[in-house]
Formats: sequence, C-alpha cells, structure tokens
Amino acid sequence: MRVFLGFVRKEVFHVLRDRRTLLVLIGLPVVWMCLFGFALRNEVEHIATVVVDPAPGPLSRRLTSAVDASSRFERVASTASMARAEGMLQSGQARLVIALDQDLEAAAGRIEPLRYQIVVDGSDPNTARTMVAYARALVESTLGRSLAERSSPGGIGAGMPAPRIDTRVHMAFNRELDSAFLFVPGLIVLVLTLVSALMTSVTLAREKELGTMEVLLVSPLRPFQIIAGKVVPYLGLSVLNVLVILALAKTVFGVPMRGSFALLLAECTLFILCALALGVLVSAHAETQQAATTASMASLMFPTILLTGFIFPLASMPAILQWISLAVPGRWFLEIVRGILLKGLSLGDLWRPTAVLAAMTTLLLILSVRSFRVRLD
Amino acid sequence: MRTLLFLLEKEFRQIFRSRQIMAMILVLPILQLVVLANAATFEVKAARFALVDQDGSVISRQLAEAFTASGRFLLETREGALEPAVERLRRGEVRMVLEIPHGFARGLERDRRGSVLLVFDAIDGATAGVMNAYAATLLGQFERELGVDLEARRPNSGLSPGGPTLLGEVSYWFNPELSYPDYMVPGILVELVTMVGLLLSALNIVREKELGTLEQLNVTPITRAQLIAGKLLPFWALGLVALSFGLAVARWLFHVPMRGSLGLVFAVAALYLLVMVGFGLAISSMSETQQQATFLALFTLIVFILLSGLFTPAESMPRWAQQLTQANPLYHFVAIMRQVLLLGAGLPAIRGHVVGLAACALVVLPLAVWRYRKVGA
Repeated sequence: MRVFLGFVRKEVFHVLRDRRTLLVLIGLPVVWMCLFGFALRNEVEHIATVVVDPAPGPLSRRLTSAVDASSRFERVASTASMARAEGMLQSGQARLVIALDQDLEAAAGRIEPLRYQIVVDGSDPNTARTMVAYARALVESTLGRSLAERSSPGGIGAGMPAPRIDTRVHMAFNRELDSAFLFVPGLIVLVLTLVSALMTSVTLAREKELGTMEVLLVSPLRPFQIIAGKVVPYLGLSVLNVLVILALAKTVFGVPMRGSFALLLAECTLFILCALALGVLVSAHAETQQAATTASMASLMFPTILLTGFIFPLASMPAILQWISLAVPGRWFLEIVRGILLKGLSLGDLWRPTAVLAAMTTLLLILSVRSFRVRLD
Repeated sequence: MRTLLFLLEKEFRQIFRSRQIMAMILVLPILQLVVLANAATFEVKAARFALVDQDGSVISRQLAEAFTASGRFLLETREGALEPAVERLRRGEVRMVLEIPHGFARGLERDRRGSVLLVFDAIDGATAGVMNAYAATLLGQFERELGVDLEARRPNSGLSPGGPTLLGEVSYWFNPELSYPDYMVPGILVELVTMVGLLLSALNIVREKELGTLEQLNVTPITRAQLIAGKLLPFWALGLVALSFGLAVARWLFHVPMRGSLGLVFAVAALYLLVMVGFGLAISSMSETQQQATFLALFTLIVFILLSGLFTPAESMPRWAQQLTQANPLYHFVAIMRQVLLLGAGLPAIRGHVVGLAACALVVLPLAVWRYRKVGA
C-alpha cells in the first residue's frame, strides 16, 4: 500500500508540475462553457423574408403585419414581382419567400382555394424545414383564420362565428426555450470525456513511448496498481471540473438544478470512472501518443459529439445509428444529467441508464486491467 | 534544395511506416462521412405524444386523428389525466402531451370556442419550436374543416361541404430533395482535412522534441527554413491527399453533387492547409510535450469546429460570436466548400471568404515561423 501511495504521489506531481497542461485542463471547461453556452444556438430566428404581394389588400396586409410582428421573421422587402424575390434569394439577401396569389382577395370572396407559395433556401435542410414549418404556421394562423371568419358567418343569417380552438402551449423544463439548457449538460459530457479518457490514454502511451513504462513494470507495483495510480490524479481533476462547470451553469447560464446534487455527483463519478477505463483501454492498443490521440479522437470525441444527443436529437437519426448510440456511454450519462438537472428525476426514474452505465463501467474496468500488458512486446 | 528533399523523404517514410496513422487518415474519413452525414439532423420525425382525451367526443377523436394522420406525430399512449401523461414526458417516453378538456366538443358546437393544452418537452428548444409550428398548422386546418363541417350540419346552411382551403406549395432551392449528406459532406471534409493538417503536424514536431531527436536535427547544418518546410510540407500534402480521398468517397458513395470547379476547391484547400499547418507549428512551438500539444490542438479544434457553422447554423449565433468567427478559418472553408460544391459558386461569389482565409494565413504563418526557434530556451 505504501508503494502504491508513493506512486500516486509521483503521478500527482507529474500532473501538477506540468503547469501548461494543468492550466488548459482547468481553463478549458470554463472557456468552453462561456463560449459555447452563449454562442451555440440551434433555433432559427430573424429569417430574412420577402413577401411577394402582387395585389395588396386586407388579407395580404394582415399577413405582412403578422410577419413583422413575429421575431422569427425579419421582413427585408415586400415586392410585387416574384422575379425580384427570387433574385434576392439567389444572392443570399433573403432566405425565405412567401408569395401570395394575384387574385387572393377575389378567391377568398368566391370561397375558392387560396394559393400561396413558399420558396426557401434549402441548402441547409435543417434550417429549411424549420423555416417552412414556421412560415406555414404563420400563413395558416393569419390567412386561414381570416378566411374562416369571412366564409363562415357571411351570408348565413345565424351569425355564428367560425370555430376557434385556442391552444395553450406549455414548454416543459425550458420555458424560455434557452439553447443553453440543451447544450450545457452536453458540455459536461464532452469535458469529462476529454479530460478523463483522452488524458489517461495519452499519459499511459507516453510512458510507453519514453520507455519509462519498463521501469514501472519491473517495480513491485501490480499492473492494477499502476493503472489506478495513473488514473487517480485525473479522477480528482475531473471532479474539480464537474464542480466548476456546475457552478458556471447555475450562476452564468441559469440552468436549474432540479434534482439531487448528491445523486448528480455520484453519477458523474461513475461516468468519470467509465471514461478513465476507456482511456486505459485505448492506450493498451496504441504504441505512440500520436496513435493514442488519434484513436481517442475517433473512438471517443466524435461519438460523444454526435451520438449522444449533445447537439443532434437521437430520435431523428436512422435506426442503425440509434442502435450504435446505445453502446456509447456518454449517451446514457447525458440522459442522466439532463434528467437530474432539468427534469428533477430521482434515482428511481433513472435506474435504467444508471444500470447500463454501471455495467459498462464494470466491463470496461475489467477489460482495461486485462488488456494492460506486463510485457512490452 | 537537396537537403530539403532528404528531409521530406525522412518525414514521408516515418508517416508511411506508422500503420496506425495511415489507417486513421484513410479509415477515419469514411467512418466519419457515413456517421456524420446521417447523424447531423434536426429533422423532427414523427414525435411520440400522449393523448389525454377527457372529452371523448367525435370531434375530440377527430382532432387526435388529425394529429396522427399528419405523419408528424405518433400516438404513443392514452392517459386518463394530465398528471400521468406529464410524468411520461418527464421520463422521456413522449415528447408532447395533447390534452383535450371536458366539454371541448360542446363548446365548439354551441359557441364555436374550444381550447386544448399542448405540453412540449422543451429541453431542445428548437425542436420544440418546430413541433409547435407543426401543431399550429394542423390545428388551423382542423379549425377550418370543422367550420365547414359544423355549417353543413346546420339546417338551411347555404354552404356546401368543401369550403375554403389554403393550398400551399413549397419549393426548396439549391437542394430540392433536402438531402442531408449533400449539405453535411462538404463540411465534414473540411473537418477531416483540418484533423490531418492541424493535429498531426502539431504532434509530429513535439514528438521529435520530446524524444530528443529534434535536438539532433537542430545541430545539423539544415537551416531553419528548410526544417520548417520539411516538417510542414508532408502534412500539407497529406491534407490534400485526404481531401481527394474524401471527395472521391463523397462522389461515389454519397453521390454528392459537385456543381462547382474542383480546381477551385483544391486551390482554396491548399491555402486553407497553409493556415492549418501554420497553427500546428505554432502549437508545437508552444508545447513541451505531446500531451500539451494534444490538448492545445483539441481545444482550438473544437472551438473552431463548433463555431464554424458546420453543425449549428452560423446565422443563429449571437452577433458577437458571428464577428468572432470571422477569424475562424474553418468557418470560411466550410462556407466555401458548401457554396462551390452545392451551389456551383465561382471565385467572385466566394471572394469574401477567400480573403478571410488569406488574412488568416498572413497572420498565422509568419507568426508561427517567427516563433519557432532552433535553439531551445
């Protein structure tokens, strides 16, 4: 045990002495949180919109003022000519064109189908779909409603108004639709993966590359102790990072803490262990730091960014990717973090992802100790 | 000149000998392209919802049917009260709750007024917004159809079934089929080229530093310029190779349209890679160990990637972040690749971004070369 403690001390010194890495390790979460917490936005707002209105009338004016009133749209022009609108779309001045028909008023009077056209810059399919959904909802709620009001009571003496369904909308867990609520829990996962898994794999590969691993291997330390000793300082650093991130999330971004703090810390520790084990596993198969870095990037970073639901909703992905995502530990951890922070879930609600994460961690720990070779070749 | 050739030969031998790195350069692109091109979507496919129908009338059933028939919503479960339905929302089993209160149909028949409650899981605010827009469109259509329906049922109604309709026609420009791979693949290629150019070049020099072999090179009569050129040219060239490989995969596997000139793409890529290897050199001269270099490189890389507009639209970022990202070479190159490949833009259309890239190169390269010292401090 004394030997082991001495080894841990050596490792802690290693980490503490390397001021630059330490600075990056502690500064990085802060900078990322502040930068991404504010800058990462996936909502579509202020869409540069052109309204094509060849024959202005009450109906079209109603639509135009609805466009002006909505913060989603920003009317850059109203024009009578479709050609001009298309030109603006082509040159990138506008991204959405809502074109009304020449005989809008007349058609409405005759109760004929009202035709309108939405032309959108579709190069980004994500944004395009969103823009169309908003534009349709806008046209529907303005033209559709005034149309119904006109046609329904009109000549029919009873004077019954058109039916109207009021929708009360409740945005659960995130009333203001703040993007930070979505991204901050994801950043926790990203930072922990990076610090824990990547750093461990690189530090182990480094000893191998510099030849000092040989010294450790002939020491009385058991392989398990070598791994544990390497990992302990990073465990401490990661826990520190979690605390810093959570403090920032609460104070700077106003992300609520609706569940139990103790539970969150426990889950974070579980995930850190999992990531550390992953790092050891990667380093066992990498000969150089360069290879370890590239392998960690490929097997950890990108799955963490893409297959956990950090930025892109898992539910929108093809089935096969959803299946693959089940094997990514970060996916389960993100579910837990969002659940505790934003929904106030308890362990009882989260037993499933927790059990999966615990099973993965156990498996990875066993694998990583097993794969750690006592001989160099 | 001959010295440089020898240096280049050495570097290329080292690179080609490392199987792992070669595999990363060749396999990573395909893996990333396959996963990223399919994963990076915000599209809201059939969102599961819980129905709380307290009315149990014909009209309420029709409304629920309208939701499922739209294809946008999928009825997951029926609940007797709001509480259990919201509980399901909390557990993530459904993403929306639709509550139709008692007396909904009677209210509509008597005074043409009704109300429903929609609760969305708004952790991802953008998706919640799109779901809400779909629901609003749907409710608007339902209102109008209901109006016709109710009028037709009244005695002496002058209205014939059919009534007022809104016919919207949508066209998507530039990417008419809204293909995600078409949009994502050019951007992912940029990321790939960046990994090779920035990460590998940064690690390469530090590795020689750490192993002490840089010292050996430093005492040779090789000049500073030759050393830098010998170190950077291989990765510059490898970046272009990775790009060609990626473009081939994009063309033959993903059938991504290549409307613009490939010569232009390569010319811009050559400029872009200069910036990236410059960054790699700067990072390597700032770091003592590969661990430090890895961290610095990853730190900048992730900032560059997440703020480049690759995953989240750059237009959605706050204004200060948009101005900040003008200094981000990735932002320019992603925009150029998308415009040239997808829209077939020529040099005049992308002039602004090329100037941005050139400015980056003019700042980064001289700084990196100037900072590099043959004599250690």
